[in-house]
Amino acid sequence: MTQPLVTQPPVTLPLVEQFQYGLDAPICLTWELTYACNLSCVHCLSSSGRRDLRELSTAECRAVIDELERMQVFYVNIGGGEPTVRPDFWGLVDYATAHHVGVKFSTNGVKIDPAAARRLAASDYVDVQISLDGATAEVNDAVRGPGSHATALRAMRHLAEAGFRGFKISVVVTRQNVSQLDDFKAIADRFGAQLRLTRLRPSGRGADVWDQLHPTAGQQRQLYDWLVAHGEQVLTGDSFFHLAAYGEALPGLNLCGAGRVVCLIDPVGDVYACPFAIHDSFLAGNVRGPGGFAAVWRESELFADLRRPQTGGACHSCSAYDSCRGGCMAAKFFTGLPLDGPDPECVKGHGERAWSSVASMSAPRPSGDHSHRSRRSRPVPVSIGARPPTGNGLRPDRACDENPLAGFS
Amino acid sequence: MSTETQARGARAGFDLDRPWQLHPQVSVRPERFGALLYHFGTRRLSFLKSPALLTVVSSLGDAPSARQACQSAGVTEAELPAYAAALQTLASSKMICARVSS
Repeated sequence: MTQPLVTQPPVTLPLVEQFQYGLDAPICLTWELTYACNLSCVHCLSSSGRRDLRELSTAECRAVIDELERMQVFYVNIGGGEPTVRPDFWGLVDYATAHHVGVKFSTNGVKIDPAAARRLAASDYVDVQISLDGATAEVNDAVRGPGSHATALRAMRHLAEAGFRGFKISVVVTRQNVSQLDDFKAIADRFGAQLRLTRLRPSGRGADVWDQLHPTAGQQRQLYDWLVAHGEQVLTGDSFFHLAAYGEALPGLNLCGAGRVVCLIDPVGDVYACPFAIHDSFLAGNVRGPGGFAAVWRESELFADLRRPQTGGACHSCSAYDSCRGGCMAAKFFTGLPLDGPDPECVKGHGERAWSSVASMSAPRPSGDHSHRSRRSRPVPVSIGARPPTGNGLRPDRACDENPLAGFS
Repeated sequence: MSTETQARGARAGFDLDRPWQLHPQVSVRPERFGALLYHFGTRRLSFLKSPALLTVVSSLGDAPSARQACQSAGVTEAELPAYAAALQTLASSKMICARVSS
């Protein structure tokens, strides 16, 4: 989400309180157009790779856009998979902007050639986020795959040469790249772009590498200090509100908007509370159902639940609860922690203690997996740690499993 | 944040006596607490935290001055400085802009 600017006339409830109760329509939403992707990033939130045969058709996508226009959803964050590999991608972008729905899309840059860059630079209503998870090819490609750093930088060069100012460079902060924050900023400055940092979630394939990739406690503090020092120059998508418990809140709303002010539409039209929670427990409905997306947003029982005041559970007595509000629901869920307790990365250390008592592999698995079946194109994780045994019935071992140490105990 | 924003707005000064309008690239969505504003050019989101402020902002384009828009919306003299500050914040983020011909 764009860093909001709060205008302060006569006050009623604080905005954060207002938003907890949900809005009639999302402020923005994430829309993953396809599970198809040319890459196989080890931390992919949506376990993307192969297209799903049930993906929404062009006509169905247009119907969703019509509905978003009626609901006055200002913009959609389009992602995937790699959304630009859909043959109708550019047509859908044009359709959305012609219907007053702004578009920000995330891409690994594979289709951003000089012509595409010129086309993007010419539109006021389209914004681009190029994903980059390492300032160097070594760090980036270990997570995103061989050649992906070069592809991303080529796309940035094309955008800059076409005169696109202020496109976003989107970085998932990991243990391996947290020391490169200044380098990322320098890359953004070089291309006239803006840096956007987001939090690694244990969602999708991210669940498999979270132990090895999520920042250490010391790194979290370093990240927080860096974010405070850079203020609104750096976007965060409100990703790091759990760090607000260190003291000063970071710019942004500092709240979990899941099902309240944001949500996810996945490639087959399923509506989830947030992009990090692709699991049946957070599935609110499908846009193909009667009443379409609006009915899901307004009538789903799951979303009604999320919009009830939260008690804070085990976090209630913590002095930091008003700042962090217990952290990220998806991070808790996929690490097997109770939703009304601390975040696994709780800066007070409560999450780590809770996590250490969670039985190994009791964490839920993501509901879908569209990963490429071939292991050949799969990047190797930066460091390979011993993986917990998988012979527990939760997810069967497969000969083609991506992790070379699958089943190793 | 609130008092700080107001103080900044007051210091910079907002010309209540000239005509203003909503920026043409701004979309307004009424909400129960007021409204959401989104600027497609700057890609920034802003909030109007009261229905009365929404009335003021929506009528700026038709009013000869911001002061008149406020008065028509029932804003009292005592409340006027707070509204001027809010409008100044909106002007500095390009959500509203000065109208050339009234």
